Order: sequence, then structure tokens, then C-alpha cells
Amino acid sequence: MSDFWIIVFAISVMLGAVGGAAVATWFERRLLGLWQDRYGPNRIGPFGIGQVAADMIKLLTKHDWVPPFADKWVFIFAPTAIVVAMLLGFAVVPFGPGLQIIDLNIGLLFFLGMTSLAVYSVLLGGLASNNKYALLGGLRSAAQMVSYEVFMGLSLMGVVMLSGSFSMVDIVESQRDGWYCFSQFLGLFVFVIAAIAESHRLPFDLPEAEHELTAGFHTEYSGMKFAMFMLGEYLGLILISCMITTLFFGGWLAPFSLTFIPAIVWFSLKTFLVICFFILLRCAIPRPRYDQLMSLGWKIMLPITLINLVITGAVALWIAGA
Amino acid sequence: MLAVEQTTDLTIVAKLFEEFGAHTFVVQKTVDGIPTLWIQAELLHPILTFLKPHYPMLYDLFGIDERLREHREDQPESDFTVVYHLLSLAQNLDIRIKLAAQTSADAEYAVPTITPLWANANWYEREAWDMFGISFTDHPNLYRILLPPTWVGHALRKDHPARATEMEPFSLNETKQAEEQEALRFRPEEWGMQTSKDGTEYMFLNLGPNHPSVHGVFRIALQLDGEVVVDAVPDIGYHHRGAEKMGERQSWPSYMPYTDRIDYLGGVMNNLPYCLSVEKLAGIEVPEKAKVIRIMLAELFRISSHLVFYGTFVQDIGQMSPVFYMFADRERLFGIIEAITGGRMHPAWFRIGGVAADLPNGWEKLVRDFIDSMPARLDHYDKMAMQNSILKNRTIGIGKYSAEEAIEWGVTGPNLRATGVDWDLRKQRPYAGYDQFEFDVPIAHNGDCYDRAVVRIEEIRQSLRIVRQCLDNMPEGPYKSEHKLTSPPPKENTMHDIETLIHHFLHTSWGPAIPAGEACVPIEATKGLNSYHLISDGGTTSYRTRIRTPSFPHLQQIPLISRGLMIPDLIAIIASIDFVMADVDR
Repeated sequence: MSDFWIIVFAISVMLGAVGGAAVATWFERRLLGLWQDRYGPNRIGPFGIGQVAADMIKLLTKHDWVPPFADKWVFIFAPTAIVVAMLLGFAVVPFGPGLQIIDLNIGLLFFLGMTSLAVYSVLLGGLASNNKYALLGGLRSAAQMVSYEVFMGLSLMGVVMLSGSFSMVDIVESQRDGWYCFSQFLGLFVFVIAAIAESHRLPFDLPEAEHELTAGFHTEYSGMKFAMFMLGEYLGLILISCMITTLFFGGWLAPFSLTFIPAIVWFSLKTFLVICFFILLRCAIPRPRYDQLMSLGWKIMLPITLINLVITGAVALWIAGA
Repeated sequence: MLAVEQTTDLTIVAKLFEEFGAHTFVVQKTVDGIPTLWIQAELLHPILTFLKPHYPMLYDLFGIDERLREHREDQPESDFTVVYHLLSLAQNLDIRIKLAAQTSADAEYAVPTITPLWANANWYEREAWDMFGISFTDHPNLYRILLPPTWVGHALRKDHPARATEMEPFSLNETKQAEEQEALRFRPEEWGMQTSKDGTEYMFLNLGPNHPSVHGVFRIALQLDGEVVVDAVPDIGYHHRGAEKMGERQSWPSYMPYTDRIDYLGGVMNNLPYCLSVEKLAGIEVPEKAKVIRIMLAELFRISSHLVFYGTFVQDIGQMSPVFYMFADRERLFGIIEAITGGRMHPAWFRIGGVAADLPNGWEKLVRDFIDSMPARLDHYDKMAMQNSILKNRTIGIGKYSAEEAIEWGVTGPNLRATGVDWDLRKQRPYAGYDQFEFDVPIAHNGDCYDRAVVRIEEIRQSLRIVRQCLDNMPEGPYKSEHKLTSPPPKENTMHDIETLIHHFLHTSWGPAIPAGEACVPIEATKGLNSYHLISDGGTTSYRTRIRTPSFPHLQQIPLISRGLMIPDLIAIIASIDFVMADVDR
């Protein structure tokens, strides 16, 4: 692609991701409604889709207020960090053959780096608010980051070993013989759990934990800045789903040689199903206490990841030797 | 009623006479037959210490302003009286001790505190201080509890205005608002707390009165070390509406709707103890059909209340969906309640002497459809919520207390049965016709959050059993007593003889005059023992309405069971206790 088309493509990915995140808020509420024997937003437009626009108008026109006791600049900066980091993460997502903003040879590391940066948003938001609930939310987020960052990265190393590359395109191409969700099911399992923790969604929404900390780190946020946090969360949800699709479900590759359906459709469909799965998790599972979450991370997830690495490494060497 | 007569036991009175001398007591006759003894202030501690092994639970403690009371022939002189109502679960017996407040060195009316004897006397004494200005000598923190700290006067005194129109119009300017807010500031030193230890400061977190998980307007000030709760001070009173004071203004029947709003999830279950107490005072026998209708409605409301508990309990643990299923069930239940009573949450449908109307045509099908559908749904919820391992990890072993602690703190109802005490008032004193029904009393043994939920969920099933028996065996006959003090009074003969017409007119306009006396008939309400201690002075209104609610002592016990745990555990504990603030503050 020429530079011009890359810029056009980048802008459309950005708009698509933001639009997708906005629609995801509505979609999640409708889907939760379906599973919880109720309707969800169904009044504005067909199937209530207009709710997205209504919410946006409401959030964007609200008084842009900074509490007098807050640390003003950090308070304003915090919600932008998560949106920027998450949007940057989309740069390495291969939506189809050649449909990618940039094919970095360290694409996977770039993705991990960007999602880690997003945590700062929560930390800084919690600190800058100068509110006790927000502080507790920020503390929890820090603890969660420390324990989940470790094996989030490690859980993907099995995929890297098998494909022999950090490049997203290579990883997808190497799955022509079989998706990694089968050979790397432990890696997938751990990554899904880490990903929920990373995106702060129920059951691991401890920094937010409505029933405990009212709204946790974003207790003091409202209007546009609150909308940025929400946008960041849903961008994160979509990005993580894209990554799970790319790394474990063959990316744009068509299953059963159904290649007459375009690659981008396959990619979107898989990502969509992963998003539905995340929403179902939110719907079904209660929230563990945060020390329980920590011990789950260190005592169960980390050993599983390491075992997975050792076995994958041994198998990879054995295959290479044979 | 028959049930309470059984609890009359005079052997303890004989023992007391033997120990302290008969001359030290004045025995008061009460309509409910509970032995009621007046004693002297200096003997309060010895007598209560003597009684405690026999009556381990302080069931209630309250004040009475006697200054305007006319009918107190067999009672000693007293301006303000403090009543100690003790309960023995093992013997299934009650005793009431009464004490006249005396002028002391620094208070006009004072009595010795009994907080060293019963831990749960603390809040009750604060309430009596708040409401009557009775000072409790040596009480550790005798602050106001229900009214704001800035309140002037003591609300339940007879000379305190009862209506807003008797007072200056209320206004809130900025200075006053600032003062009120400052008065509510939590000051750790008032509660004997340290603000730091070993160089690290504690965080003091104001949880509530507006917080998603405190189930109403309940404030709890937490002393935190990180997220660990070092100590907690519950603060109540934000939902106080003066229900007891209103009882002194409303006629006997017109107080009924106020009772509905005490435990607002219990609906007509609240009417029952009030009706039973008034009927006791008036000597009204309720016809069989009315009894069965009352039990059916009360049990339906028990199911409704427990469903709300179930849903919110699971939601507070962080599971999002179940609450919607349980509220949908409750909605169906309200449909039935509406068809029968015309109301949903607050039908105010019981009447003195029976119920307001007969059951409507077709009620059987509605009730049958509901109770047929519930067991399968409960099984489903069980798999979804109670079997969930995260939920189990969050609640098993959390917020534990033993049976002894429960009794010491006045804990009743499912919260008591979760500690392994097999004590349900419906079995122990089958009031209102419960002796005619077959059901089990579910108990659990660990006394933790999980067990409190288990007991309640099993109670839903047992209530379904009771409702089915009501459905299959609904007797024929009148739904209200023919007694002349029932309300509304029987109308049939009003157009035939002048005597009945006059009675009917007076009873509907002024309300019936209930014979003078005192009575208190407890019931097993949705959340524990609930009773109305009613004092009639022979008039058309109650002289004193004392509402003993189960949630009040339950909240008092929160600090005890939450020390050393984390905030999420505290939320689980609050959810598992199952209280509503209206039931606490009245």
C-alpha cells in the first residue's frame, strides 16, 4: 500500500474501532438483556441502536467538571491514556491478508506494551481523583497489573515458539496447518483470564467493583472524561478479542477451506464470537475477592503458564530435530 | 391467644422472690401474661445478673413516658420507665423487668446501664436516651442514634410535637446545612479509635449512607489498614420516620398502613404482629378462615422478601444476572398479591379481627401456578448461584458467629438458625394458627454468610409447602370476627337498630376504644422476631407503640463479625444479614 492509502486505512481503522466500541456498549446491553430475561435498551431507532447516539450526545454535552480537590492535569490526562494506548494497539492487528496498518516484526510485543500502558490510565485516574474509593480502586489495579502482566506475556510465548515469529502476519500464516487454540489450549485459557483482568471487566473488574467501591477509580469522573474511560474499556474488549482471534483462532484464515467467504468476514465473525463470549462471562460469573484473584494468578495461572512453556518448548525442539 | 399463655411461667418469679425478697418487687398484670416485675434501681444489676443464665437474650429494651397515663393502678410511681424484655430460647419463656428512672447527680432521669451485662443493650439504651432523654449512667457512648446529633428535645416524650405543623416551618440555609454536615463528621477519637499505629495512618472510609451495597441509607464508618477492616462503626437513623410516635396519634385500625412500611419487603407480614397484639388487648378471636388467609399471605411475603435477599445477596458478591430472575419471580408474586389485596408492596390488608376482604374468585389458580413453578426455578438458581465456586469462596467462613454470640447480641430469625439453633417461633409458639401446618425448620451450622443464605433459600421451599397447605385446605366461613371492637365494625345490622348504628359510626370515625392494658405478641417475621409492645390507656389510640424489629440488633453486631476482614467481605456480610433500613430505624 502506498503511504496515502495507509493513512486512509489507519483513519478508517481508528474510526471503525471507536464506532465499534460505541456499538459494543449497546450490543452488550442488549445481549445481557437477552440472557437476563429483560429487554435492554430498545426504544430509540431499530432495536434501540439509536441509544448509542443518545448516550454519546448525553456524555459529550455534559458539564466537563474537574473536582476542586483533584490533581487537575493528571486527572484530565488519565482517561486519554487508555484510549490512545488501545487505539495504538490496533496498528498491528491483521484484519486480512495485507489489511494491516503496519506489520511490525515485534507486533506481539507492541500489543503487549500498549495494553500495559493502558493500566496507567486507571492508576493515575485513581490517584488524581483524591477520593478514597478511587484510591482503593487504583491500588487494586496496581496489584492486579503486577500479578497479571507477568503471565499474560508468558502465555503467548508458546504461540511464538510454534510460529517462530513475533509478527502477527507470520503467526496467522503459520496456523494454516491447525489453529493454536488446539495445540496451545493452556496458553489460550491463561490468556483469556489475563485478558479479562487486563481489560477490567467482570468478573475481574475489581478496580471498579460497583458493589464495593461505588465506581472505584472513576468515581469522580463524569461526562466526556468518563466516556473516554468507557471507550477505552470497550476498545480494549475489541482489541483483546481481535488478538485472541489472531493468535489462537487462525486470524483471517477460513476454516474447512470455505475460502469463498472473504478473509475480512471470517476475521470479523471470529472476533464477534469472542466478544459474545466475554459478555457471557460477565453475565455469568461472580467477582472474586482481590486477594483471591492474586493467589489465583500466582499460585495457579503462573505455574500453568510455565508448564505450558516447557512442554511447548520440548515439543517444538523435538519437531525441529525430527 | 393460647400460644402466649403457655409461656407464662411463675417459677422464675418465685425464685426471684426467694432470692431478693418478695417486698422488693411489684408485680404488674399484663394482658399477654408475660411476668412483669417492677424493681428498684439499685437491684437492677443483681437481678439481671441472676436472670441472665435463665434468660440469655435481651430481646428488647425501651422507654415509656408515663406522665400522661391514667390507667396504671398496679404500678409504682414513675415518670419515665425503662422496660427490659428478656427471652429464653431453651425454655421458650419471656420475662419483663421494669424500672422507674430516678433523678441522679447529672441527669433528671437516669438508670444504670446494663451494657456490661448485654452487649446489645448499647444501641437500645442509646435509643431510649435519644427518644426519652433517659440517661444511662456509665454508658460507653451515649450519643443520639436515630435522630440527628443536632436535634433539640426527645421525640417520644409526650410533650414533644408529633406533627410538622406543631413546629416551626423547616428551612435549610447554607449555614445550617454546613452545621448539619459538620455534626455528621466521623470523629474516630469519639469511638476510642487510634488514627495511626506504628507510624502508618489508618484510612477512615465513610461507607454510605449512599452506597450501592448498603441496602438503603445505612452508613458505616470504617477504620482501614489497606483494605482490611480494623474496626467499624455503624451509623443508623437516616431512615427514621417516627413510626412509634405516629402510633400514638393514629387510631388503632388506621395505624395499619404504617406497619406495612416497617419492614417494607415484608408487606402484610408486618400487619400480623400489630393485629395480634391489638386482638390480644381487645380479646378478639379470629375466625379460622381469616387465620389461614393471613398465614398464606404472610408466607407469600416471606417468599417475596427472601427472593429479594437471594438476588441482592448474589449481586453483591458480583454476579450480575440472578437478581433479574428473582425479581421477575417476585413480580409474578406481586401479581397474585395485587389480585387478592389490591396492593403490591404495602397492601395494609389485615384488619383487627381478620382481613379486609374475602379471597377473590380464581385465586386458587394464580397461587397454584406460582407455587408449582417455583421449585424448579429454585433448583436452577441453586446451580447458577449457590453452587458457584467463586461465590462459595467469597462467603464460606466469612462473617462467622457462634450460637452463643448470636443469642448474646439478640440475633433472631434465619441469622440465628444459621448457627445451628433450631428455634422458629412458628414452631415454638404457634401463633395465629401455625400449629395446623406441616413444615420443617431449616437450619445450618457454621453461622457464616453462605449458611445464612442457605437457610433462607430452604425457607422459601418450606413457605411454598405452607402455602400449598393453605391452598388445599382453605376453610369456609367468615373472613373477619364479629367482635364489636373489630375494624371496620360489622355493618349488617346498622340499618336495623340504633345501637349498632351508633357503634358503627363511632368506630369508623374515631375508631374503637381498646381496653387498657399492655400486650406484646411476637411473630417470626421475614428477618427475625418482630413484635409490637402496645400500651392502651383505654382510648382510641395507642398510648405507647413499641416496635421491636429484628434488623436493629443484627446491624449492631456488624463490627464484631467484620473486624480483620476486607471490604468485599464486609459487603458480603451486609448482604447476608438481610436487613432493610426501614426495619432498623422505624
